[in-house]
Amino acid sequence: MTISYSVQIINLLASILLLIAFAMLTQRRILSLINLFAWQGLVLSLSTFVVAYSTDQYHLYYSAGLTLLLKVLVLPWLLHRLMRKLNVRWDVETLINIPTTMLVGIALVIFSFNLAAPISQLSESITRGLIGIALASVLLSMLMMLTRRKAIPQVVGFLAMENGLFFAATSATHGMPLVVELGIALDVLVATFIFGIFFFHIRETFDSLDISHMEKLKDD
Amino acid sequence: MMGTEQSLGVVFQIYQSLLVVLLAPLLTGWVNQCRAWLQNRSGPGLLQPYRALRKLFHKDAVIAYNASLLFRSTPYILFACMWLAAAIIPIIAVDLPFSPAADVIALVGVFALARVFISLAAMDIGTAFGSLGARREMLVSFLAEPALLMVFFTASMISHSTQLPRIVEALAHHQFILFPSLAFAGLAFVIVLLAENARIPVDNPSTHLELTMIHEAMILEYSARHLALVEWASSLKLFAYISIGIALFFPYGIADVGNWGALPVAIVALLAKLVLAGAALAFLEALLAKMRIFRAPEFLGTAFLLAVLGLLIHFLLGA
Repeated sequence: MTISYSVQIINLLASILLLIAFAMLTQRRILSLINLFAWQGLVLSLSTFVVAYSTDQYHLYYSAGLTLLLKVLVLPWLLHRLMRKLNVRWDVETLINIPTTMLVGIALVIFSFNLAAPISQLSESITRGLIGIALASVLLSMLMMLTRRKAIPQVVGFLAMENGLFFAATSATHGMPLVVELGIALDVLVATFIFGIFFFHIRETFDSLDISHMEKLKDD
Repeated sequence: MMGTEQSLGVVFQIYQSLLVVLLAPLLTGWVNQCRAWLQNRSGPGLLQPYRALRKLFHKDAVIAYNASLLFRSTPYILFACMWLAAAIIPIIAVDLPFSPAADVIALVGVFALARVFISLAAMDIGTAFGSLGARREMLVSFLAEPALLMVFFTASMISHSTQLPRIVEALAHHQFILFPSLAFAGLAFVIVLLAENARIPVDNPSTHLELTMIHEAMILEYSARHLALVEWASSLKLFAYISIGIALFFPYGIADVGNWGALPVAIVALLAKLVLAGAALAFLEALLAKMRIFRAPEFLGTAFLLAVLGLLIHFLLGA
């Protein structure tokens, strides 16, 4: 076999990333959703680490460490804290039922694999097949944002979408400049803080985190 | 005039078939024993399924007044189907003369044939439980079967063949590579195995609670030698499924083409793998809780999803 072990490990991690994206799509509980998000961050950090090791790019070690710190520890902790403070544990409300969502998810995966095929032809990198997987996990996270009614799962979907983008950047192009990565990481952190404040405002105004209340702006 | 190679093949085919029939109740006993240990019970012992079978064979059969020939012949058909399936699967050696008789699609067909007969027999008597069980069985299996086929297709894509011996050969002789697609297929296969063998998250084989049972509801009217055959067929089915799992995902150690000297090692490897698989199955069952029957479609939908994802990832990554 000519394919090296590092590529195989990255491929495996990519598949796990996709699997976690699907698991998040079908998850009913907020708590497990946040835990899955932390796992996704861990897989992402591992794959960045393997890419860094196999291509000898030192700045990728920093970004792997940053991912580990931010997406596995800080963000899930923040979300857990938010969840406790807002006292929300259950999220049974999905707009479409879960088996249908899974079928739509498979369609999305096929769509993004097809879409990524010509793009990956242009790439010289050996891990070019992963663009399809990264695109699929971005689209799946977006689907999660679309099908959830409550605010916290939508935010988790947003963060997972960023995970997919980050994976595409590291695995397909071997990473962006460190400044850009730092910028994105800080953006995500700040966004989560702002979302947190937002949640409290939403709840104070509407007595619930169901964002469908926000569609009616007037009392009638 | 047969060559020594061929006659040896036939001998080992017969040996494998006998081994499977005799070992199947032991595997069931082992799974039950592990379950008992995990639940802090002492358990009935490994040989309990044999004692149950002997007891059942010594009893007089009671058959409902309006039972047709279908009802009486189904246990034999069921047993024959499962035995045939176990003969097709390469369990101790790759190159057995019976294996090329059917590929994986036909194997799924053999399982389906048995299922159709047991469902028809369950409805034959006309009791409420029988038809209830038959309908539930059909609900579960029509969702499990496509997932099983997709698992087989993933393995077939990797090895470029739908013949089980070729698949096993290709997988066993690959230099060890991480196949992400096979990992997905493996997960899907475990779910299908649980559903098809009436194991815990979908069905509970050790209960006679009318609201939850699927398999037990179908065989409620059987007694004595018929029941014994049905039970034995269930053990054979579990054995066959675990062997398929071993063949697809852990084929290392199986005897190669023309290498009959490796057979003792292969048998020891098989026994070790069976012991591990049985313990893992019991462990999984101890962890999971029986789910509502209407959650079963979602559970099996997940299996289908995983299998399709495995197939797609194989296309994308070529591994």
